[in-house]
Amino acid sequence: MTLEQRLERLEAIVAELENEHTDLASALALFEEGVTCLREAASSLAQAETRVKRLTELADGALVIEEFDEDE
Amino acid sequence: MRRRATGASASLGDGPTLFDTSQSAESLLEDLGDIFPGASPRSAIAVSTLTQTAKDVVEGAFIPIWVRGEVTDFKAHRNGHWYFGLRDLASQLRCVVWSRDQLGMPAAPDDGMQITALGQLGVYAARGEMQFTIKRMEAEGDGLWRKAFEATRAKLDADGLFAPGRKRALPRHPQCIAIVTSGSGAALRDVIAVLRRRAPGVELVVVHAAVQGENAPRELVRALRRVARWGGAELVIIARGGGSLEDLWAFNHERVVRAVAACPVPTISAVGHEVDISLCDLVADFRAATPSAAAESAVTSRVEVQLAMHTLRRRLLHAVEERLYVPKARAANAAHSLAAATTDHLRSRGERLGALSGRLHALSPLATLERGYAVAHDASGRTLASVTDFAEGLAFTLRLRDGDVSAVARERTKSGEPRA
Repeated sequence: MTLEQRLERLEAIVAELENEHTDLASALALFEEGVTCLREAASSLAQAETRVKRLTELADGALVIEEFDEDE
Repeated sequence: MRRRATGASASLGDGPTLFDTSQSAESLLEDLGDIFPGASPRSAIAVSTLTQTAKDVVEGAFIPIWVRGEVTDFKAHRNGHWYFGLRDLASQLRCVVWSRDQLGMPAAPDDGMQITALGQLGVYAARGEMQFTIKRMEAEGDGLWRKAFEATRAKLDADGLFAPGRKRALPRHPQCIAIVTSGSGAALRDVIAVLRRRAPGVELVVVHAAVQGENAPRELVRALRRVARWGGAELVIIARGGGSLEDLWAFNHERVVRAVAACPVPTISAVGHEVDISLCDLVADFRAATPSAAAESAVTSRVEVQLAMHTLRRRLLHAVEERLYVPKARAANAAHSLAAATTDHLRSRGERLGALSGRLHALSPLATLERGYAVAHDASGRTLASVTDFAEGLAFTLRLRDGDVSAVARERTKSGEPRA
């Protein structure tokens, strides 16, 4: 899951939890899932460096991701 | 001239000599006319010879030059060539643009447009007209570019490409962003710098394309398709630094604009400076004034993300507490009520039991026996409670507090009767 999807899921979970009609068992399951989302989002935020790559196309049409040399 | 001419005629050997003074000037000319084409009716030349000669002379005399004038009487011919006049207050010049030379021109000029044109002056031999063959053309105030821009815009607009409803929301926290631009351009450097500062950890994927010149439209379209085919990016930035309207032209090219519209990933367009608006800008999901601004809009800063997560965490905890509050309270209430109910229940049961057992106790013959009374039973266990239950000689049993005694009735006397 991307950070975007995790945070979206987290928002949905919180909204669902804030809704009083959620039954208790689901609420507890949602809470657990929310905690997992938070932990995973925090760990993906911990990635500290901007990575710059390059997407190129080979003669046969295959796509390749490689390091991009910024000093080029 | 004459000298050369007479010399030439002398060389033929049968004409008059230079020094033949008997001839008049007129007859001399007539003689020359036999030798020089067009010098006399007899040597009159064909029209095509003259026009071809004029063409050679004129074309030899002029190198390609820039000419300025107002377009008049423009016609695009079926064969694809453009014909029009260029004029000023005093003169007019017939002009032609061959279809193959139109590729580098954004649009055909309109009548009344002031243009400067680079071309070759020549003669259109078939008509005997002077003709200016134009290779490049610029209109005052970027008129041709503007016209082409408007024409393409109208076409794409008719196809609904600029409809507000087409705009997609940008992802707020993209972790992988593709950038379609020149791998060596200033735009790319700006975008990388902003992302480094604002959202470290984001992955940027450069998809190189020429951003100006003849190949730019084709390369931009290919790069956009490559991004789509790859599928790894959550957002695409298509960017180019500032330049003239002509430099930025690829971003107004119909095919490029359609490729941006067809991109399955949300797009940010940042072409040129703030004042430049390209058709790519109009069709993209978001228009940024500059490449740096595009990078700013592309990501939420890390600090903001952290704040948002903090808030979500708080809401999550609060929500679950709130959510548990009612059930907890209900559970507590229920436990309390249960305890209370049980106690009540037991208490009343206990009381009733006490009362009942008291009554039972009171009713119990055993209690009476306790006090020293005895109960008489016959052999069948029937209680003999009355004198009349006895017959003389009846064997019966006396039940006492601590056991039974066998007895025989000897005599009976009813209460109130004298003993027998």
